[in-house]
Amino acid sequence: MQKSLHIDPNKCTGCLQCEMACAWENYRTFTIAKSRIKVFSFHHEGRFVPYTCTQCDEAWCMTACPVDAIQLDPVTGAKIVLEPTCVGCKVCTIACPFGTINYVAQTGKVQKCDLCDGAPACAKACPTAAITYVDADWTGLDKMRQWAGKTDTNPATV
Amino acid sequence: MRHLIIGSGPAGVIAAETLRKADPAAEITMLCGEGEPPYSRMAIPYLLRGNIEEAGTHLRKGADHYQRLRIELVQARAQSVDTASRTVSLGPGKSLPYDRLLIATGSRPSLERLPGIDLPGVRSCWTLDDARAILAKARPGTRIVQMGAGFVGCIIMEGLLSRGVDLTILVRSGYMVRRMMNPTASGLLRRWCEAKGVKILTHTQPQGITLEGGVLQVALPDGRTLPADIYLSAVGVDPNLEFLAGSGIELGQGVLVDAAMQSSMPGVYAAGDVAEATDCLTGKRQLNAIQPNAVDQGRIAALNMAGRPARFKGSLVFNVLTTLGLVSSSFGEWQGIPGGESTELLDEARYRYLNLQFDGDRLVGANSVGFSDHVGALRGLIEGRVRLGVWKQRLMEDPTQIMQAFLAAAYSVA
Amino acid sequence: MAWTKNVLRVNLETGSCTTEPLNMEWAQDYLGQRGLATKYLVSETDPKVDPFSPKNKMIFVTGPLTGTMAATGGRYSVVTKGPLTGAIACSNSGGYFGAELKFAGWDMVIFEGASAKPVYLLITDGKAELLDASHLWGKTVWETEATIKKYHQDPQIRVAAIGRAGENRVLYAAIVNDLHRAAGRSGVGAVMGSKNLKAVAVRGTRTDAYHLADPEAFFAATEAGKKVLAANGVTGQGLPTYGTQVLMNVINELGALPTRNHRDIQFEGAMAIGGEAMHEKRPTDGKANLITNGACFGCTIACGRISRMDPGHFSIKDKPQYKGASGGVEYEAAWALGAANGVSDLEALTYANFLCNEDGFDPISFGATVGAAMELYELGLLTKEEIGFELPFGSTEGMVRLAELTAVGEGFGKVIGLGSKRLCTKYGRPDLSMTVKSQEFPAYDGRGLQGMGLAYATSNRGACHLRGYMVSPEVLGIPMKMEPQATEGKPAMLKAFQDLTAVVDSSGLCLFTTFAWGLSDIQPQIQAACEGDWSEERLLLVGERIWNMEREYNLGAGLTGKDDNLPPRLMKEPAKTGPQKGAVSKLDIMLPEYYQVRGWTPEGVPTAETRMRLGV
Repeated sequence: MQKSLHIDPNKCTGCLQCEMACAWENYRTFTIAKSRIKVFSFHHEGRFVPYTCTQCDEAWCMTACPVDAIQLDPVTGAKIVLEPTCVGCKVCTIACPFGTINYVAQTGKVQKCDLCDGAPACAKACPTAAITYVDADWTGLDKMRQWAGKTDTNPATV
Repeated sequence: MRHLIIGSGPAGVIAAETLRKADPAAEITMLCGEGEPPYSRMAIPYLLRGNIEEAGTHLRKGADHYQRLRIELVQARAQSVDTASRTVSLGPGKSLPYDRLLIATGSRPSLERLPGIDLPGVRSCWTLDDARAILAKARPGTRIVQMGAGFVGCIIMEGLLSRGVDLTILVRSGYMVRRMMNPTASGLLRRWCEAKGVKILTHTQPQGITLEGGVLQVALPDGRTLPADIYLSAVGVDPNLEFLAGSGIELGQGVLVDAAMQSSMPGVYAAGDVAEATDCLTGKRQLNAIQPNAVDQGRIAALNMAGRPARFKGSLVFNVLTTLGLVSSSFGEWQGIPGGESTELLDEARYRYLNLQFDGDRLVGANSVGFSDHVGALRGLIEGRVRLGVWKQRLMEDPTQIMQAFLAAAYSVA
Repeated sequence: MAWTKNVLRVNLETGSCTTEPLNMEWAQDYLGQRGLATKYLVSETDPKVDPFSPKNKMIFVTGPLTGTMAATGGRYSVVTKGPLTGAIACSNSGGYFGAELKFAGWDMVIFEGASAKPVYLLITDGKAELLDASHLWGKTVWETEATIKKYHQDPQIRVAAIGRAGENRVLYAAIVNDLHRAAGRSGVGAVMGSKNLKAVAVRGTRTDAYHLADPEAFFAATEAGKKVLAANGVTGQGLPTYGTQVLMNVINELGALPTRNHRDIQFEGAMAIGGEAMHEKRPTDGKANLITNGACFGCTIACGRISRMDPGHFSIKDKPQYKGASGGVEYEAAWALGAANGVSDLEALTYANFLCNEDGFDPISFGATVGAAMELYELGLLTKEEIGFELPFGSTEGMVRLAELTAVGEGFGKVIGLGSKRLCTKYGRPDLSMTVKSQEFPAYDGRGLQGMGLAYATSNRGACHLRGYMVSPEVLGIPMKMEPQATEGKPAMLKAFQDLTAVVDSSGLCLFTTFAWGLSDIQPQIQAACEGDWSEERLLLVGERIWNMEREYNLGAGLTGKDDNLPPRLMKEPAKTGPQKGAVSKLDIMLPEYYQVRGWTPEGVPTAETRMRLGV
């Protein structure tokens, strides 16, 4: 059974431990600007929403990449950026309709969630279980995917 | 089933791969017109900068990728299509039969009508071959006069400057990237380029080019001439569809296609720069020469070719451009629509700009400069035709809240 | 390591921003944040300086654990000479600002001089620039933050700003970051206002800002620490559920809740304004005041209250900006805005609290000053004509009006903005000011809790609960139970608390961790992050050194042992009700012993021996 990140915004307190864990995992820094998961704050609503790539089946980023720098990890289902191959053209950043693959000026490459080889650091760091890594078939990610299915852009998938 | 794909750019390659997945038994042949393995023009700017080798521009990196997928690559250019006999002529005595045909021939640089345009030293920057020629000649101090400051003209600047060349850019209109950016955004780009040492002459169209003593002389309308070692012509692109003359396939600006990416001729499909498909916002058919559009269309066309009905839901014009390190993007109806509303933010000193265009409570277009985090959500909002509700007004007040608006309006998470 | 080793020095007079290396010798002696910035302040300024003089400096400072995965590692402090007290001011805040400053590559920012016109400082990693803020002057904290983020088109910018209270030099004006987190006490916001500095905006993206000395040990220590916090009843359950408001009913029942300017020691309306009440559905709209709990950066406790007001409440009719969620009342604010005035309308307290956040002023000092004004009014010393409206104890409308007037510096709000001491002195009754060193008491009565009384009297920044939280032993039994009325052992316990608190305040961590953590939990986290030897003994010595350094600064500023006092009411008027009925403060018994355990003379001056031992 493939697993995926399950996010429950109701449990999020906005502590950003997940962002630090992500930045540490990938850059050995706690600088949250480098995190691939972002907690968006809705001040007016009093709500915190962690958000990252859902590893969607459409894989807009992967198909749009002109140099084949994004590949599927067959074990985790993650779409992974191969940094040495990425030229930094940013086409994927506008192709992804979820805004979850982003350009990092410092490296000149793009970055996205790669599920940390199946042990996501964000889920481990979350103190309230707002982010968990669970069997894919009962995750709330399905809701997000359904939404993707509702857009006018969704192509039939192979 | 014999599938023939004319063109080996992103649309062609994705189509071939999709066909292989959808129809394991099919024969798949792909014509490569430049004597190169399938490569990406998007990567050429990075080749010019020396970030990658030529192999880094290849669309697929595995040496046996096409062989493994049983996609036959044929180095040839299509000369004509005979839809009655279902064959594509590759020149005298050579032709290939097909059951399903995909026209994915892309586009090529528009030709300037200018005396001297055929002189040696006059170049485009479009193909790998162009890049090799420029790399061979561009040295510190090499004088390059570039005509045009559209997408291509801008994206290659960094590679050129990284070679230490002396760059002068001529712009026919008043402003740069005018097909992608509004005047404010364009003005920022211009100031940025000038601050980096690029000379930009707007409202300037050369009168002719001559070769004197091995140096090109570019005659300007005001009587001046600019000496140049290279004249780079980058005035836009046109679709490659001359070979379709007389084929009976209905052509507009490009190959007119329906939602299945099929042309007026059954069994003949088109995708990518050459296809004239319906725009998802305007409902009108138009060319849309961008990479994500090419791969989406290539996939949809291939599914239909393999007998799996799939509909293209309309193309969206959007693009991202890096000009000497300054990232800009444009989406959809960035010029706005009649009766629509807009909002913008400008920080001139820091080269940051954000402009959003609305139709009622839906986002229909955007321009950004120096603002690149989560811009994909702009596509999501525009293409998904997401009703923003209360977030419309919040975005009017603070357009930087796009990600919050996206999460709230599209996911109802807040 | 864990320090960035970079100091940004901003001269507001010349407009220059310069970088200098952090004095690592001092870092080894004072750790960071509170201790280290105070060392800079005492070394660079005359303690007799007028707090509003350009010669006063103001330092924004982080600790070595700020911006790390250590639980609660997001704190920063503002250190300057305080205008309310004339003593050292050191106000600590959470939110996200401190970590961002660290990620931009700075341990501290030292502001010198004063700007001729309003400016704000924009820090983008290594780049710092002073920008014109004339368009922001006169704006609230909330408007300022939104305007700056918007203008620079970066929602990730973190902003610490003053509101109109700071501009108007309300003597207890705060610096508010992330909309509702504040360097709240002692008037640091007024100093910022005096420097014409409207805001500090930071964006930090550096991956090389600092390094951990031993990452492996750091993760082991911080993960162990997080487990302790989660398992502890206070930090794992009480604080997330009720916030600091968990205390309201506890302290009231104990008979230590100062009420109506300390005339009473129990509040009949406590139940209506406490943590439990925030969870209850309102009869008016069927919704609870509390929406959720929120965390500061890196905090696994998440005690913050996020509240939404009753949209029909009289105070916010036609004021849409208060109808969304924002920072709700914490215990101290609920007490000061409520019990201290006899007001028991939770919605009104929430509104006043929003105003304190929106325009940047300390709800404790404000609420306590209103309480004093109410007493003066009831005594006939203050009239309706002077105030503009009636102001008896329990007047919800009066408290709300004064919050509005103080925020904008109009009418009687100008007087309220001077604080309780100056107010009561102006009307001839300085004895009615419930203050120490002119700073208002927080929410524990020094008669009901003898140790807290001593803590107030000896606090280096004037009356304060965060310099030695004797509530822990006297109420919660942490680390051991001490009877509220006992005096034995309390001076020594207070010293230990004060020294430990100075360490925590210098580390980047939140003091609230110490409900669950002892020094043995904190020490390994500091040791793993920082180069050098950070044994428990050494840390306690650092804490004691900081305390004595602050004391020396205050002595230099002209304060003496005579200022280590409590108002006559606490010394002479016995508590009227409850378990502590009849109690007065036994400060006179405890203070001499305190001086002794501190190694100070009977006049409260560190002896030569103490100075030498600590190297102050």
